Amino acid sequence: MMRPACSPRSLASQILPSIRRHYASHPPKARLNIPTDYGTTPLLHHTSKAALANQELSQEARNGTTDRKNLFQAINSALSHALRSDPRVLLFGEDVAFGGVFRCSMNLASEFGDHRVFNTPLSEQGIVGFAVGAAVEGMRPIAEVQFADYVFPAFDQIVNEAAKIRYRAGTNADEQACGGMVIRMPSGGVGHGALYHSQSPEALFTHVPGMRVVVPRSPVQAKGLLLAAIESPDPVIFMEPKILYRAAVEHVPAEAYTLPLSKAEVLKEGKDVTIISYGTPLYTCQNALAAAEKDLKCSVELIDLRTVYPWDRQSVMASVNKTGRCIVVHESMVNAGVGAEVAATVQEGCFLRLEAPVQRVAGWSTHSGLAYEKFQIPDVTRIYDAIKNVLEY
Amino acid sequence: MAAKRSISVLGRNVLAQRGVTAATQSSLCSRCQQRWSSVSQKPGSDRVHFPGAVNSRFTTNLDFARATEEDAMPTYRVLDQEGQVIDQNHAPDISDEEAIRLYKAMVSVSIMDLIMFDAQRQGRISFYMVSAGEEGIAVGSASSLNPKDPIFAQYRETGIFQYRGFTLDDFMAQLFATKDDTGLARNMPVHYGSKKYHVHTISSPLATQIPHASGAAYAVKMQNQQNPTEDPRVVACYFGEGAASEGDFHAALNIAATRACPVLFICRNNGYAISTPTLEQYRGDGIASRGVGYGIDTIRVDGNDILAVREVTKRARDLALTDGGRPVLIEAMSYRVSHHSTSDDSFAYRAKVEVEDWKRRDNPITRLRKWMEGKKIWDEGKEKELRADTRKAVLDAYRKAEKEKKPPVGASMADVYAQPTEEQREQMRQMRRIVEMYPDEYDLSEFEGGVEGITLDFKKR
Repeated sequence: MMRPACSPRSLASQILPSIRRHYASHPPKARLNIPTDYGTTPLLHHTSKAALANQELSQEARNGTTDRKNLFQAINSALSHALRSDPRVLLFGEDVAFGGVFRCSMNLASEFGDHRVFNTPLSEQGIVGFAVGAAVEGMRPIAEVQFADYVFPAFDQIVNEAAKIRYRAGTNADEQACGGMVIRMPSGGVGHGALYHSQSPEALFTHVPGMRVVVPRSPVQAKGLLLAAIESPDPVIFMEPKILYRAAVEHVPAEAYTLPLSKAEVLKEGKDVTIISYGTPLYTCQNALAAAEKDLKCSVELIDLRTVYPWDRQSVMASVNKTGRCIVVHESMVNAGVGAEVAATVQEGCFLRLEAPVQRVAGWSTHSGLAYEKFQIPDVTRIYDAIKNVLEY
Repeated sequence: MAAKRSISVLGRNVLAQRGVTAATQSSLCSRCQQRWSSVSQKPGSDRVHFPGAVNSRFTTNLDFARATEEDAMPTYRVLDQEGQVIDQNHAPDISDEEAIRLYKAMVSVSIMDLIMFDAQRQGRISFYMVSAGEEGIAVGSASSLNPKDPIFAQYRETGIFQYRGFTLDDFMAQLFATKDDTGLARNMPVHYGSKKYHVHTISSPLATQIPHASGAAYAVKMQNQQNPTEDPRVVACYFGEGAASEGDFHAALNIAATRACPVLFICRNNGYAISTPTLEQYRGDGIASRGVGYGIDTIRVDGNDILAVREVTKRARDLALTDGGRPVLIEAMSYRVSHHSTSDDSFAYRAKVEVEDWKRRDNPITRLRKWMEGKKIWDEGKEKELRADTRKAVLDAYRKAEKEKKPPVGASMADVYAQPTEEQREQMRQMRRIVEMYPDEYDLSEFEGGVEGITLDFKKR
């Protein structure tokens, strides 16, 4: 399988500078479509105090300290904790032993030994099948698929095996299920990933009962949700927005902690419109709602789904029943995407309260051509326009 | 591709620099260590020192390697078709009691097969697959495993369950999808599974279980090391020669070899994958020839000779535990005497006379029987009694299971996740509302608890 443009050097140290050089330039008069300033966005914790104020953290974590980490370092910290605290945890995939092409497994093989952190042959169906087998015999395997774009050879193992094992085992499942199994994969647009280093295939997995699908938006979430995924009695697909690996930096509690799965987080309260998203587009949503609130004198509520399946339907419906307007934003194609499920559920659960059609701001119905990413992935302007539309409807 | 390779080579170099440390760090994986200390090509060497092949001689003869029929891997056997020991210096190592146990297990499977095949034909169960001609592979190999060795099966290995202790009631509960089925009536017939007997639940997708076996074997290998006072375990994995064409076969054998997993890959090569003969399945020397290519110790055995299968499995199990663990491939040759399944009429693609010939001339049950008769531990009287008793026991279990209820309807939605989701609870309420509102449209009489069973809080047995 081809994996161009992913040498450690280019991904670890060149992607973001190269984004700045070639792709992040914006039209000189742009007011909306300007790059996210991760250093000031309110979606990241810029102080230790802010990070420790999170009510979802354990008391120990809240009483502890924080370290400034980016997303890959937060994942590394979670993996390290899991390996240290549970001898059943294994970490493997293509090129994980030397640290991984995105540096998520740095130093773990030398600390925990090559019997617990190791390279596999280059075969995604083999990696996931191997993980299923290790899990049903009592281990807690963390399998890495190098890019979400390459998960498809393992689709059968995920859909027909991992997802169905507990169900088909019936009363044997207490000893023969594959809980503790996590499939990690970098996903989403990265500026120049083109067709096979940009995909966000989460919607394909939300149609699979038995799997949990989690997409973190920040280092704090990555650590807490990954540790929750490893503890979960259900198999989890954990999609890491690769553009945030280095870009998103915040204070992360030093102690181990978990964040709840299948629970949405209200990032900002509002009363006129609800925006629902997950992963990278949340930053774009934040920029769009800041501009809209200023220009249009409205108040926007922003919700991070965190787990896209099984998802927190009640929190979303409660919010839309309050605001009466709903916009769903994601990178992957609009057709049959996560937004379709959210929109249909909102329509069912909030019919009498809706004051405008539910808007889906998502990838257009095409592939991710190299030169066109900034037209393909929802940007601040498209989200701003959607806010305007629902308010003026 | 170039970028990808450079990562791998970089990774190896990083490891190579710590070569000695890495090699001593882990006792688990002596065979996983790399096989060279440097990737440089020494001047004047007569051998390859490229990283991908480190001990190949150079040659000036431009010859392509080609497998020929003369080179075909030999097939190990102990008994001939008349049940006579071929090598008198090598007597089978088996007690009379154990031989009779194997024989009874094979006969029991074959009698249950005949009765349940007919039961499907009469519409009593929805589907069935017999093992005719292959009882010896399942029973013979299972008899050489430790009872706690995890097993992953394909679907034509009923003899494993029989040998490990499945009762006729256990079989019937699964086949009739009753409330006593441990699979809670979710799987098609013949998709057995048992935590009690350490056999993972069978699933229909072919070959998916093969990489599971590699991963399970890796888990078992770590557990063997962590619990040195317990008997070390291996994993056994069964599949047909057709399934071996799936990508999962390739993935599984390769990863088992590179991670040195104690797993026995047991291929039942019965000549057909539904209608497809082996000539349309592969052109190499069967499945066995591939094992060597993965660096896996491999043997071919006569699958109609249960004593040979048993001995080969025993030796393979010892081998699999050597040096902390390694995979072994066994290709057991046989002939699928039966139709593929109850949904198949095999005379559409093969001659009846060919089947009859195999049935009459060579099958594992008659071969062992002839050997036992030669040893005077079996005779016509015992044979008649065994067949009559087994037939009666199968029919008794059949009639009992046929009257049992199915599990509560709530079982249709439980266990998708460890805990039901909020969405599932709502859907279960909707299902119940519909059934209650239109009672004449649904027959709940065969489900335990009736309408009260339409809940996610039903009690599992």
